[in-house]
Amino acid sequence: MNWILLFEQFLNGFQLGILLFLLAAGLTLVFGIMDLINLAHGSLYMMGAYFMATFVGWTDSFMLAALLTLPACLLLGVVVEVVTLRRLYDRDHLDQVLATFGLILFFDEFVRLIWGPAGLDVPLPDFLETSFEILPGVPYPTYRLAIILTGLLIALFLYILVTKTRIGMRIRAGASNREMIGALGINIQMLFTLVFGLGAVLAGFAGLMAAPIFTVEIGMGANILILAFVVIVIGGIGSIRGAFIASLVVGIIDTIGRSFLPDLLDLFLDEVAASTAAPAISSMMTYILMAVILTFRPQGLFPPRGA
Amino acid sequence: MKLKLIGMASALALLASPAIAQDSVKIGFVTTLTTGAGVIGKDMRNAVELALDHIGHEMAGKKVEVIYEDDGFKPEIGKQKTEKLVKKDKVDFVAGYIWSHVLLASRNVPLKNKTFLISSNAGPSPLAGKLCHKDFFSTSWQNDQTPMAMGEVLNQRGIKNLYIMAPNYAAGKNMVAGVKRTFKGNITGQDMTKFPAQLDFSAELAKVRAAKPDALFVFYPGKHGAQFMKQYSQAGLKDQVPLYTVFTVDSISLPRLKDLAEGSLMTQFWAPDLDNAANKKFVADFKAKNGTYPSFYAAQSYDTIMLIKSAVEAVSGDLGNRAGIRAAMRQANFDSIRGKYSYGNNHFPIQNFYLRQVVKDSEGKFTTKIVSTVYENHQDTYAKDCKMSW
Repeated sequence: MNWILLFEQFLNGFQLGILLFLLAAGLTLVFGIMDLINLAHGSLYMMGAYFMATFVGWTDSFMLAALLTLPACLLLGVVVEVVTLRRLYDRDHLDQVLATFGLILFFDEFVRLIWGPAGLDVPLPDFLETSFEILPGVPYPTYRLAIILTGLLIALFLYILVTKTRIGMRIRAGASNREMIGALGINIQMLFTLVFGLGAVLAGFAGLMAAPIFTVEIGMGANILILAFVVIVIGGIGSIRGAFIASLVVGIIDTIGRSFLPDLLDLFLDEVAASTAAPAISSMMTYILMAVILTFRPQGLFPPRGA
Repeated sequence: MKLKLIGMASALALLASPAIAQDSVKIGFVTTLTTGAGVIGKDMRNAVELALDHIGHEMAGKKVEVIYEDDGFKPEIGKQKTEKLVKKDKVDFVAGYIWSHVLLASRNVPLKNKTFLISSNAGPSPLAGKLCHKDFFSTSWQNDQTPMAMGEVLNQRGIKNLYIMAPNYAAGKNMVAGVKRTFKGNITGQDMTKFPAQLDFSAELAKVRAAKPDALFVFYPGKHGAQFMKQYSQAGLKDQVPLYTVFTVDSISLPRLKDLAEGSLMTQFWAPDLDNAANKKFVADFKAKNGTYPSFYAAQSYDTIMLIKSAVEAVSGDLGNRAGIRAAMRQANFDSIRGKYSYGNNHFPIQNFYLRQVVKDSEGKFTTKIVSTVYENHQDTYAKDCKMSW
């Protein structure tokens, strides 16, 4: 067993988990508090990446562009909420799915019109374009470390926001019992706009962090959104803590599976069969995990209280 | 009453008109025009349009009509679009196809409906072997050939331990089989990644580092190539494990990859600097029209139109003479951008393969130049499984 490799894969899984968490946090808030299934969450992630690519082009500075991207995402989130989603709260989930699917098509086509079908690249600043020796002889891309650190900071910020502030209290209350906080005289409309805006910023942040690793392109949110849904189902819908832990679990299982399953299968399958079966099985693993958890704990690992 | 009769008669005449010989050559071109791979389709379309300009939009005095269809990077959509081209548009030739899995799904539609099928890129092994067909031609290569040439290069360079990465689909498997067939050293590790979903290669790159191979061989076409090159460099592997690729770095990704790809080595049947008149004209005019170097996808698409032209002219535009068209295509009697080549019994080209390296040209644009010839007149290994002979 190669422990250094295992450690490195663990970090890779952690980093994927952090990206997933940024997406899933917004998704779980919107789903849990507003009772809205937002398939277009992946589009917000994509828009974050496109904003980032554009701002990097304008300002030539990674940090400045990131600072510009976040308010742009907030604005976009608020506009989307006010213009379309507000009309959907009273409808059933199928209508919401249809409408937000429409939003995906809208954003994909919008991006094609504005930025063209070819993808964009976000160059990394030199100080992030290096690798950092986390252990002697084990360099790890600095940027991926930066993702992990920033993600943890954001998780901490969300934790404080949700557990220690007045807004957080309302958010928690909304996740537990929506009708009740409305009855207690809290402006639900306002709270919803705020929550959706926050979700959009988190999704956009995930997009801007992912932009330098992946190519910024149309439909980039679709793949990761599915994993994000898996995460919020495992973690318990509406729970930030659940989303955090489930993201890390899914990220690590996905990465470790991808990396060690072929060797494992090699032990009792021939090489060709093993190398073909391994990617298929490893991509199933997160869904198998979800199925198991749904069987034994249908409400997810950490459901919000009272839900 | 009389007027009505005339009207009816002319309507009938209109209905009957398809029976009269067509006055145009119809070509259906299936490629990927949307999704991240849309840039490849665009490059191919640009090459087809350039070819049409060069031949004055005419073959044997007939107007040429090309209908482009987008496969959306999905086999089922590719098949639907092929069906539309064959059954509704009634094209004479269906061409294009970037992806092996899309081509395999679409193959039966033209071949069962007496329509010629020409692959401008994909070369999956079944179509070269057991499933070879009298109406199927390739203007590219069989998937295994290019990596086989790379295997030879690795041998020549004294590589003993090789790590292999490729996506897990029809072409990926062919590429891996190809390099393994000729590479004589040891395979220290191999990863087949999910395609097209997986774009993060961090886990696999960590394994590469741990395995400490002498070289890394990869096949990542289209956008996956650009992603891979970035992450390979970010992981700091560039100085540790030399990279050898096929179909990963191309003229589409080079303007974006720039320094990340400089010096990287690949094998291919063609290069922009290949020295022949047809290629010089193609590359110069393509650059003048589109501002970039043509990719190999473009080169193959250009040849597709030229191959069709040579065949249509050989039968003097008589599109009903399918045997004549087939016989003419088998001759490959046109000025190919790769130089003269011939067809094997399975209708795949027998051609040279070269080692290419990424360099900067005099204007500072990144392109590739030929380092050496790896294979001369190379035929794919599946030809022997093809029962067809002519």
